[in-house]
Amino acid sequence: MNESPLDAIDSEDIDPHFADKLVDAGIGRIRTCIQCGVCSAVCPSGRRTAFRTREIMRKAVLGLKDEVLSSEDLWLCSTCFTCLERCPREIKVTDAIVVMRNMAVEEGYMLPQHRKASKKLLTSGHLVPIDRANRRARRELGLDELPPTTHSDEQALEEVKKVMKKTGFKTLIEGEAKEGA
Amino acid sequence: MTEVQKYSLFLGCVMPNRFPNLEKSIRVVLPRLGVELEDLEGASCCPAPGVIRSFDEPTWLALAARNLALAENAGNDIITGCNGCYGTFKEALGEVRSNPKKLREVRKILKDVGVRFKAKSSAKHVIEVLSEIGPERIRELITLPLSGIRVGVHYGCHLLKPSKNRPWKQTQKHSFLDELVEATGAESVAYKDKDLCCGAGGGVRAGQAALSVDFAREKLDNLIAAGVDCIINVCSFCHLQFELAQPQLNDEAGTQEYQIPVVYYTQLLGLALGIEPDELGLGKHVVDTKPLLARIGG
Ligand code: SF4
Ligand code: SF4
Repeated sequence: MNESPLDAIDSEDIDPHFADKLVDAGIGRIRTCIQCGVCSAVCPSGRRTAFRTREIMRKAVLGLKDEVLSSEDLWLCSTCFTCLERCPREIKVTDAIVVMRNMAVEEGYMLPQHRKASKKLLTSGHLVPIDRANRRARRELGLDELPPTTHSDEQALEEVKKVMKKTGFKTLIEGEAKEGA
Repeated sequence: MTEVQKYSLFLGCVMPNRFPNLEKSIRVVLPRLGVELEDLEGASCCPAPGVIRSFDEPTWLALAARNLALAENAGNDIITGCNGCYGTFKEALGEVRSNPKKLREVRKILKDVGVRFKAKSSAKHVIEVLSEIGPERIRELITLPLSGIRVGVHYGCHLLKPSKNRPWKQTQKHSFLDELVEATGAESVAYKDKDLCCGAGGGVRAGQAALSVDFAREKLDNLIAAGVDCIINVCSFCHLQFELAQPQLNDEAGTQEYQIPVVYYTQLLGLALGIEPDELGLGKHVVDTKPLLARIGG
């Protein structure tokens, strides 16, 4: 768990390659962060929580990998892109968060609700599949009861499932969950 | 006359499976403006940019490419009425077009399931197509001007950002949607923090319910303060957020404070074109639209 911010950082908590990995994943300018705090100031999520975008960026540059990846803060971002638009260093801040989320999921940190939604995608091709009330609503509106998607095309659904098997998504989601995130 | 254009209609998940009334309004209104819609058969979730892209980027890219390929092989560009789906397709095309290695990987995965993909088609938002037709042309077609109706316009984040990968003239202080709203005769009212995020995206609505509803509360309070008759949005997920957050907030507070009708742009436009409210799915809203319809006198 996180220690108080005033505690010293042990060198074993630092992954010196973490920032490089972010650079390789497309966040080329992350090391140029000047900690100006514009990202936090414009963040609609930070307005109502203790989440500070600037802090995540600093910890990422420092290489505090485990602390960042296990933190719930990563999941408080609504991906509104305001910080990315406004960062004076033109750092792709939102993309950095998305890349770190990918790393967190790979380490097994995933909110249970997110895993549940992903399972729906795996079985139906939709994150939000049709339900009985909306089948009826569609009929009443004069639309086909099922939309012309994977919902009414067995072969298309098989295709989508195959893609998710090939990319490893099935294993990723159905694998072991690590609590904490 | 407006020239006929044809697109593959990409529905996504939330629109056909939770708010088919919005789908209905798109299917009814767009042909009236010379936009022909073909079903994109066998499409899947886009997949959602804030969640699936956050969980596993390669899966997000491969499934997005498959949906784009379906349109490409039908000889069309995609049209979508959801900001999230729009963001996925714009960003996925950006990725494969600027990164040949990613394109090769995706093509290989798709080839293995029998789908050809060249990254040649593009994706447009319903509002982008309507903007191209233009407010002037739309104004000419209006038979029931919505004069006196005060509208709070919500653009939604992914329609506008990242601005480097969006077609709009400006990077901020946009007016194209306000102009389309005003073409119906309604008034687009200024309100505080108009650009504020609805709070649904990024997996926040699914994973952090209370935080998500708090975003919506702030937005709704600002809209109430401005005295609007309805919210106009252009995204199935923003729409879901404003429709579902209002009863949630009312339940929490034990009052009925939040009652702003949440209307999708093609529903508003349809009313001004003289189409019956039921044909536009306006009888199937969570927050009652009758007070708005009574003001319009439909
Ligand atoms: S706005 Fe950019 S430079 Fe400033 S703190 Fe945030 S990431 Fe760093
Ligand atoms: S993209 Fe995320 S971190 Fe950036 S301003 Fe929006 S909510 Fe905050």
